[in-house]
Amino acid sequence: MSFLGTRAAVRSYGPTPALRGVTVDVAEGEILAVTGPSGCGKSTLLHCLAGIMRVDAGEVFYRGRRIDTSSEGERARLRRTEFGVLFQFGQLVAELTAAENVALPLLLAGARRREARTAALAWLDRLGVADLADQHPGEMSGGQQQRCALARALVTEPRVLFADEPTGALDTLAGEQVLGHLVRLAREQRTTVVLVTHDARVAGYADREVTLRDGVLDPTGLGIAAVRR
Amino acid sequence: MSTPHVLLGLLATGPKHGYDLKRDYDLRLPKAKPLPYGQVYATLGRLERDGLVARAGQEREAGPDRTPYAVTPPGEAALDSWLGAVEPPLPHLNSVLLAKVIITLLVADLSRARDYLSRQRQAHTDRLRELTAVKTDPTASVADVIAADYGINHLDADLRWLRTTLDRVADLHGEVTAR
Repeated sequence: MSFLGTRAAVRSYGPTPALRGVTVDVAEGEILAVTGPSGCGKSTLLHCLAGIMRVDAGEVFYRGRRIDTSSEGERARLRRTEFGVLFQFGQLVAELTAAENVALPLLLAGARRREARTAALAWLDRLGVADLADQHPGEMSGGQQQRCALARALVTEPRVLFADEPTGALDTLAGEQVLGHLVRLAREQRTTVVLVTHDARVAGYADREVTLRDGVLDPTGLGIAAVRR
Repeated sequence: MSTPHVLLGLLATGPKHGYDLKRDYDLRLPKAKPLPYGQVYATLGRLERDGLVARAGQEREAGPDRTPYAVTPPGEAALDSWLGAVEPPLPHLNSVLLAKVIITLLVADLSRARDYLSRQRQAHTDRLRELTAVKTDPTASVADVIAADYGINHLDADLRWLRTTLDRVADLHGEVTAR
């Protein structure tokens, strides 16, 4: 059994299938890109791997244990301590400063306020946005917000980072800066990364790529429309 | 690529002899088609003949004679004209990839065509990953990054075209073989 993965994962939204028996393995320290067109199931796969969503059938495992059968409390603990998540839109709390946003996961985990702020400032510095510590998200560019969101996702030093279209809302250069930081820090920390993207240029940053089409893995990495015919 | 104009451009930053010109070319255009020394000297000879460059003294440093060349006023005018001229988008689609895909659809069965497109995509993806590694290497120069970007964006365009083509492959195959 690999570090993280699924076995024949199935998940539907009402009558609409999103995953139709997906088996994927992620090695520890690997950066895996999950690619495919809109609606192919790649974000659903990420949510299932991260324990945010349950599969309807099949298995999800992490470090040798099934997490699809874990309690909600246990999966919430994993998301707090072992997993970091970065979405397309950083989802920073608008009322908090950058430093307060980054410190938030540590405070939720029971850290003291001063320690949490010190760690948050160090992470903002590693991402080149230390000077924004006391600014609110509304005062930052999209790229700056996403770098703060990346700092928040990494501040707990998770073993796995789940990134769902992390540069989808950014211009090319800002996106490259975020990806450059993400990959550099992941390598330094030996963080495993699951990177969902529809962009081949973003997938180019990964060690390996798997492609989904209509809820199944596509071994050709290309279109399945022809296969359907 | 117009090698004479590129060499004129490199000389415009200051006189250089052939050896330094070749090194400068490799530095500024790191992923371009390699330029052999012989071509550098042959091009310099033609530029000199046409009055676009001229010898600028002679250096002798322990080794063989080295003749630096400088751009002349007519050379500056030729360079200026080249830099200002818009490059027309290519009138013909001369891609080997395009030709091969069409011929594959003509002579191969559907599964073989899909197999080829899939393997071609893999080769492009591998190259894209290599260029991304070049670009993100902390020691990469700006020229390395610009050249890698050029390659990455062209590969990405090919990949999107391959994907669309595979989506259409059954229709294309039927149309091509019906004629």
